Order: sequence, then C-alpha cells, then structure tokens
Amino acid sequence: MTADLDAARPIASQSRPIVRLERVGKTFSNGTVALAGLDLTVGQGEFLSLLGPSGCGKSTALRILAGLAAPTSGEVRWIGRDDGEGARPEIGFVFQEPTLMPWATVFSNVWLPLRLKGRPKAETRDAVMGALEMVGLAPFAASYPRELSGGMKMRVSIARALVTGAKLMLMDEPFAALDEITRFKLNNDILRLREQLGWTVLFVTHSVYESVYLSSRIVVMAARPGRVVADVRVDAPAVRDEEFRTTDLYNRTCREVSASLHQAMGAHDHL
Amino acid sequence: MTHAPDHAGDRAADRSGDLEAPAAPPREPFLSRDRLLRVVVPLAILAALLLLWDWYVRANDIKPYILPGPGLVLTTLVADFGTLSGALLVTLQITFLALFLALIGGTLLAVLMTQSRLFELALFPYAVILQVTPIIAIAPLIIIYVRDTQSAVLLCAFIVTFFPILSNTVAGLKSVDHNLLDLFQLYGASRWQTLLLLKIPAAQPYFFAGLRIGGGLALIAAVVAEFAAGSAGAGSGLAFRILESQYRLNIPRLFAGLILLSATGVVVFWLTSLVSHLALRRWHESALTRET
Repeated sequence: MTADLDAARPIASQSRPIVRLERVGKTFSNGTVALAGLDLTVGQGEFLSLLGPSGCGKSTALRILAGLAAPTSGEVRWIGRDDGEGARPEIGFVFQEPTLMPWATVFSNVWLPLRLKGRPKAETRDAVMGALEMVGLAPFAASYPRELSGGMKMRVSIARALVTGAKLMLMDEPFAALDEITRFKLNNDILRLREQLGWTVLFVTHSVYESVYLSSRIVVMAARPGRVVADVRVDAPAVRDEEFRTTDLYNRTCREVSASLHQAMGAHDHL
Repeated sequence: MTHAPDHAGDRAADRSGDLEAPAAPPREPFLSRDRLLRVVVPLAILAALLLLWDWYVRANDIKPYILPGPGLVLTTLVADFGTLSGALLVTLQITFLALFLALIGGTLLAVLMTQSRLFELALFPYAVILQVTPIIAIAPLIIIYVRDTQSAVLLCAFIVTFFPILSNTVAGLKSVDHNLLDLFQLYGASRWQTLLLLKIPAAQPYFFAGLRIGGGLALIAAVVAEFAAGSAGAGSGLAFRILESQYRLNIPRLFAGLILLSATGVVVFWLTSLVSHLALRRWHESALTRET
C-alpha cells in the first residue's frame, strides 16, 4: 500500500507546462474534503486523463482549472509563453450532459460563446458553421436539441467548446451517458479534433479503457480525500484507431492502470 | 442512452446512427379518426345531457322559475342578448385587463426578486399574505377605498391573478440548469446576458403555467368581486346580471348569463393555452405530442 503510494511520484512533463496545480485543496462548505493537496502539471499538447472513483475530486480539479470553483488552499499557476506567470487561456468545457439550451437551435447553441463576447450573428456565421462542420453536424444547424440523438447532442456540445478557438479543452466525463458504440465514435472524433486543432485535453473519466485509448498520460486518483495515486504515461502515437485496442501496449497499460485504480479503491473498502 | 425524456431524440439514438436526419413529426390528416373522436364524443355527451334535461323538465312539468328547459334558456339568451352582451363585455374587459396588468406586474416583480435577494426578502412574504387572504374578505375594504366600482373589481381581479404568475415566474427563473449557469460563467456572461439569454427563456414553461392558472382566476375573481360590490346599473358585468336575475326570479336569464360566463372561461383557458403552445411548441415537452 505504502509502496504503491510512493509510485505516485509525478512524471516530468515532456512538453512545455501550461498550468501547474500546487498543493490545491478544496473543502466544501458541508465539510467534505474533495481535494487534499493536489499537485499536477499539465503539459502543452498532452491528452491527460484524470481517472478515479466517484468522490476523488477529479471533477472538482477540472472546475477549479476552469475558474468555476475556487480552491480553498494551494495555487493554480498558469504559465505564459515565456515561462512566466500567465493568464488563464481561453478554455473549452464539455460537461457530462450535453448542456444545450433546449429553446435554441443547434446554431444558436454553438454561437453562444461568441454571442456572450458580443459578436454579432452575421459576423460569426462562418465560425459557427465551421465548428459544426468539424463535428459533422452542419446540416443540423436549424434543428432543435430535442430532435437530435444523445451522441449528436454531445457533438453540438463539442462544437460549442471549440468555436472560440480554445486550445485547452476540459472534458468532464463527456461520454459517460452514451452507449458504447456512440462512445467509441466520439472517442475517435476527439482524437481527430485534437490532432487537427492542436488541443491540450484534460479528460475526466471513470473508464480505464477509455482513458488508455485516448490519453498520452493518465493520472489515477483516490477518494476521500482526493489525491493522486499513480501517474502513467501511454507511450503510443497520438493518432490512433480501433487497431490500438488490440495492441500489447494497450492491454499492458489497461492492466497497469486497472491495478492502480484497484489500489486507489482498495484503501476504501467500506465504499 | 440519454436520461432526458425526449422522444424524437431517443428514436434517433435507438438506431445509434449518429447522423440520422431528425425525423419530421408525422402530419396528422385533417379529418383523422382521433380528431373526429375528439369533437364527436363531447358533442354527443352534450346532446344527451340536453335531451335528458329537456325531458326531465317536461315530464315533471317543472316551472321555469325553478328550472327552465334548455329551449327556453336559449331563447332567453337570444332575446336578452342586448343586456347580457353589454355585461359580458364589461366582464371580459375586467378579466383581460386584470390578466394583462398581472402579467406585467408579476413578471417584473419576479425578475426584480430573482435579481436582488434583498428585494425578495422584503416583498415575497407580503405577496404570500395577499394571496392567502381570501379576496372575498378584502373586497369590501377595497370597495370602500376605491371610489369607482369597476376599478375596485379590477383591483380584486388583479390581486388574485398576480400571485400565480409571480410565484411561477420566480420558480422558473430559479430553476435554470446549473451546468448552463456554469457555462455562462465560463464565458464571462454579464448578469444582464444571463437573465436575457438564459433565465428568461428557461422560465417560460413555468411562466405559461402561471398564465393559464392566472387566466382562470382572473375571471373567477372578477365575478366574486362583483358579487361583493353588488354594483348595479349600467357598466356592471355578468355577475351582477346573474344576481339581479336571481332577485327577480328570472331563472332563464340566470342560466343564460351562466352560459356566457362559462363560455368566457373556456375562451380564456383556450387563449392562454394557445399562447403557451405557440411559445413552447418548438422545444418544450409539454407542447410535444408523445409518440407511442
């Protein structure tokens, strides 16, 4: 047990770091400790999955990064191009639910981030249609969310996240509510978009297989209090397809990550 | 699959085809069986009841000042339409004016209350007190303080109509999806943008439910207030005509007035439902027909 926690030493990022969480803690007003001193550095261009059981604070970490929640202790340091202190960059956020406005068309939903910045419809038409094009939903611009399937709604949500040109994507279990076939498709879409648009992705999931398939690095977290127990690099090319699921590397990594997750949960058998 | 009970969405998702065209809702033929039934069944019941009523009155030789037959009620309605239509117009005016004022007042106050906690704390309890006190008990006071009877009746109707619109709109403005609120915060939306683009559209279904309740209550309150006021002569509404008919034992006219009052209620309900349907039909579950 102790030996495994020692294995949680952070792996040095191979790329330029863009944000550093330093001993970030979050205690909710009801006394729940969601995070206790989380140290995490995200490198430029990484696909970093946060994997762990419910209550390990992975979503909280994402919300803190997005500025939707404030840490109760520790610091979030954004790092600028010159390695100095930087401002929070433009962020795209994809929630677990599609989180679309049901009263607005697909177009208006994707337009929203630009609209909130005061950009008129006419001027942003190309950007919005371009974003819809990237997720294959341009023909559905005039549809309402209720007319779309679960997977299509999620794609609209992704289009909305990318329409601002954000390079940092935060995704909070975006495909957890979808069936497996749709999830596989969307996983491939995310890999493609990441390659195309040069994203850095922080991806929260509780699926070992999803995290190994997508990530360049997997951080396994344990609950109560939320902390990092393992930091696993997936040394496979960024561009992957279904073939990858049959490789030895994939299987080996799945086993390794599963074992870490098991350890992370083992300490809390009463859950 | 999705948790949301969106039928069109589930249908498309079931095929798990991600890029299926959204299915157009099947067009109902103008004279479908269902539509025909919806018209024919209530009409048949009405005809049966009228026949039963007519038979009962004739068979027992009941005097018109106790219970007039449907034929007599109808001829009275036509013969007295001059008097009754004037009263109907007054009642309609009061009902719709009360509803209109309550709409403006209720919505504005709801927005203010959800924008400022202090405002809510200060006003909401008094709105509740005004609502839970039976209007019939306040009416005598209002009639004393407000000189003009019509204005007094209008004020009563307004008070009753106001609350359901206020409380429903407040509930709607507060029941916005938290993830959407997060999204607006993430993109740095101003308070005004959040209100206009998120809270007000999200509150619509609640608001329209309040409108439908308020519409029905406006008519009831207009009648109750007029009973309390006992206003007479020109410029009085249907409620007074009904009271007057009772005093004079002109029961056929009482029935005729009652029919007009019911018809008004139906029209108000139908209008508010129509407005609600038109506003929500593109997106809200309540306005969609369920496919089985």
